[in-house]
Amino acid sequence: MTSAQENPETLSALDRPNSYIGKTVPRPNLDRLMQGRGLYVSDIELPRMAHVVFLRSPHAHAKIKGIDASAAKQMQGVIAVVSGEELSKIITPWVGVLSHLKGLKSAPQSALAVDRVCWQGEAVAAVVASSRAQAEDAAELVEVEYEELDAVTDMRTALDSATVVIHPSLCDNLAFERNHDAGAVDQAFAEADEVVEADFVFGRHTGVTLEPRSVVADWNATESRLTIYQGTQAPHMVQNIAALHLGLTESQVRVVCKDVGGSFGIKVHIYADEMATYALSKLLRRPVKFVADRVESFNTDIHARDHRCKGKIGVRRDGTITAFEIDDLTGIGPYSMYPRTSAIEANQVVNLVGGPYLTKNYRARARVVFQNKNVTCQYRAVGHPIACSVTEGLVDLAAMKIGMDPVEIRRRNLIADDAYPCASPSGLRFEQLSHHAALAKLIRMMDYEALRADQAALRAKNIHRGIGIASFIEVTNPSAAFYGVGGAKISSQDGVAVRLDAQGSVICQTSITEQGQGSESLTAQIVGSVLGVSMDRVRVILGDTDNTPYGGGTWASRGAGIGGEAALQAAKALRKNILDVAAAVLQSTPGELDIVNNGIVSAVDGTPRIDLNELARIVYFRPDTLPPGIQPEFMATRHFVPREYPFAFTNGVQASWLEVDTDTGFVKLLKHWVVEDCGTIINPQLVDEQIRGGVVQGLGAALFEKCVYDERGQLTNANLADYLVPMSGEMPDIDVGHVVSPTLESELGAKGAGEAGTAGAAAAVTNAVNDALRPFGTVITEIPLTPQVILAALGRI
Amino acid sequence: MTTAVAISFVVNGEHIEASVLPRLNLADFLREYLKLTGTHVGCEHGVCGACTVRVNGDIVRSCLLLAVQAHNATVETIEGVSDSGEIADLQSAFRDRNALQCGFCTPGMLMAAQDLLKQSLSPNRQQIREHLSGNYCRCTGYQAIVDAIETTVRTRAGRLP
Ligand code: FES
Ligand code: FES
Repeated sequence: MTSAQENPETLSALDRPNSYIGKTVPRPNLDRLMQGRGLYVSDIELPRMAHVVFLRSPHAHAKIKGIDASAAKQMQGVIAVVSGEELSKIITPWVGVLSHLKGLKSAPQSALAVDRVCWQGEAVAAVVASSRAQAEDAAELVEVEYEELDAVTDMRTALDSATVVIHPSLCDNLAFERNHDAGAVDQAFAEADEVVEADFVFGRHTGVTLEPRSVVADWNATESRLTIYQGTQAPHMVQNIAALHLGLTESQVRVVCKDVGGSFGIKVHIYADEMATYALSKLLRRPVKFVADRVESFNTDIHARDHRCKGKIGVRRDGTITAFEIDDLTGIGPYSMYPRTSAIEANQVVNLVGGPYLTKNYRARARVVFQNKNVTCQYRAVGHPIACSVTEGLVDLAAMKIGMDPVEIRRRNLIADDAYPCASPSGLRFEQLSHHAALAKLIRMMDYEALRADQAALRAKNIHRGIGIASFIEVTNPSAAFYGVGGAKISSQDGVAVRLDAQGSVICQTSITEQGQGSESLTAQIVGSVLGVSMDRVRVILGDTDNTPYGGGTWASRGAGIGGEAALQAAKALRKNILDVAAAVLQSTPGELDIVNNGIVSAVDGTPRIDLNELARIVYFRPDTLPPGIQPEFMATRHFVPREYPFAFTNGVQASWLEVDTDTGFVKLLKHWVVEDCGTIINPQLVDEQIRGGVVQGLGAALFEKCVYDERGQLTNANLADYLVPMSGEMPDIDVGHVVSPTLESELGAKGAGEAGTAGAAAAVTNAVNDALRPFGTVITEIPLTPQVILAALGRI
Repeated sequence: MTTAVAISFVVNGEHIEASVLPRLNLADFLREYLKLTGTHVGCEHGVCGACTVRVNGDIVRSCLLLAVQAHNATVETIEGVSDSGEIADLQSAFRDRNALQCGFCTPGMLMAAQDLLKQSLSPNRQQIREHLSGNYCRCTGYQAIVDAIETTVRTRAGRLP
């Protein structure tokens, strides 16, 4: 456990009387949401708004020979039926590459397919009508003639010479390759007492936000301005991209993001159908609304994971891990997604494998291939579950091979808590992590020894329970190193403007966004604490490019760490301004004053001097009474981005306790524990709930979730009845504990917590299943761990 | 094409007359005709529970019920049970426990939870989890929801004679 509180500056800003930092405070927006009075994009209606329905390809790969929309255009209510060719006159195509991912290639992608479709679900035409039902009826009458082409579906054969090349201009189906070699890997394996290898398989899954993607685009021809209402995590990115491809300036585009019904990375991208909706509004000079239905969500929301990774570990008999090696293959669909690209996940896998451990010997290859399936891209905990499952799976295999307890082998190899700053084998820089403190706390929380005793006793009764442990590191607070350096116009800084209004209340405009994480709450808590103003007097405005500072938004666990620090600094600046004016009014000095409970008080003894609302009244309405030379500035803006470290790494450890029914193959989750270190905790309850939500998404991947494609590239379970997601009945209680190592990059010291749960949950579950199945001498390295996979491993089917 | 059918029913205490196509489902009717957008649509095939409303006192998935089937019925939505104060304690437990993140599942969750609390005086955690098993929440991990409902069970029990 470490602390940043050596710095008295830090103490003064955060450790104020009545500070809300570190306290559980209810989020300000909950009542609206609980009464059904939120405003999600799917609720928005505008005058003359039309509805678009996309006609989507039934084939994974086909030529479009012709589109006959004549019958559809005759239908009642139909406003237009638009083809890819027609729409390409309004909106230009794009290519999803970044220059820092060397060699990454992709082909131009259009808002609607032109001439050829590359996955089942790609939109070929747009039908716009007065109502959604009319558009759907008309869409059924549009006739598209296709010539089916061979589809690339198996990533293992995508690079074979006999396989069709999806984009002939790219010469092959290899989108990206990265090789990494650090230390002396061959020698390290040679010096190991045991070398263990395994093939890890990860199902393709998807985010399943409960509210599907939705957009309302409103082109106002008289103002030459486009307003986009969209549930996005990155409004300024949407503004930039929409402007770029519609030939507008950024100031001609406003992005408004009200309530968002789930995001998890699904809503940080810009999809072709959304681009088409922006363009249709411009073409038809009226508001157009697109709301995906659930089948469309499954076919077009980005998918993720879909990796096959060969892993190898060397270990000495004393438990020392000598080396890691991986060879990862991932399929990303027919295009690299724009603008964040689909190579980031594989790149992240290479970055993160072996990350918690001491060994410097690490070799990795990652290949990213095109396929005729839906596009994959960044989803919660990008690459982390893959890297964590491979690393922790290998560590458990190594422990088993040398007969060592899984906890003991970790104790012997995790980077020491006093070894920082240091670097990982892939060159990542760690400022301060706390693996050992976290592991020790986890072991205490779960009562490891008692569980082991239970396990042994039950095993004798033919009940098979398992314990799985997974340590992990997590990338948070990204600087420009993620996207900016690669040329993407995705801001890594965030800004907050804070002002004191005429009644002594505070208004904050922040560039981070809210999708339920609690961005509004944490901003209000920080600002309220610094300014000495109660939470009910702080209002937060976010999600509107016309009314917030320019910034990145909420993704990659950056809201609290980056947006929170900007809020802290802006509030400090405003605090100084307020105290300057108060000192002038009170004939005192700023140093003798403080702000507490919505009023200026004397710093020494807390005597009330003047209420904030009285001070504001004087400043706004009777500035003539102020001493000469005083120009009150009751508004301050600050921006923040980490500069010294490209990312703030966090760490943690998870444990799963579960029971495997060896007759049916069903896994029953009994309990899950997490200890993580996200630095300064602003609101403990919000952090814990982020972690629990993340864990459950990881548990879904571990046990249920998989997008199942057939060999022709057809997604066969594109609905919520066939694609299984975690429901309350199967989920265990999850205990969360913390170690706190604030980052010194910011005064606030907060790192991210949004993805930690997802990063390690699947690894913990897989290790627990293998632990449960130990008497059967079988090891499974594939997720989801469906009954079929388990029974097959047990030789029962 | 079929023609519109006249229906009349009571929604949140208000008498509603409308003329709707037989294929229109109740969720779309509530949202699009009555602008009661609290009833959410997550899947439109009866799996997620976001569209849960009460018809004649029983919870139903309004995406699976046609508006014409609600003819002569009494329909209550999240707006109705919020305004009447019927679930104020449940909502306050949800608030205290942060039992919602994006809030999209929440109206359906609250309708389902209230249904359980009306049927059973002292459901345990597992019974709560099972009753909510038709309501999908992608954000929370469910534990906070279960905690909030458990708290409400306790406070309501305390109030009983
Ligand atoms: S929308 Fe009705 S159950 Fe999902
Ligand atoms: S709070 Fe987002 S789906 Fe439940």
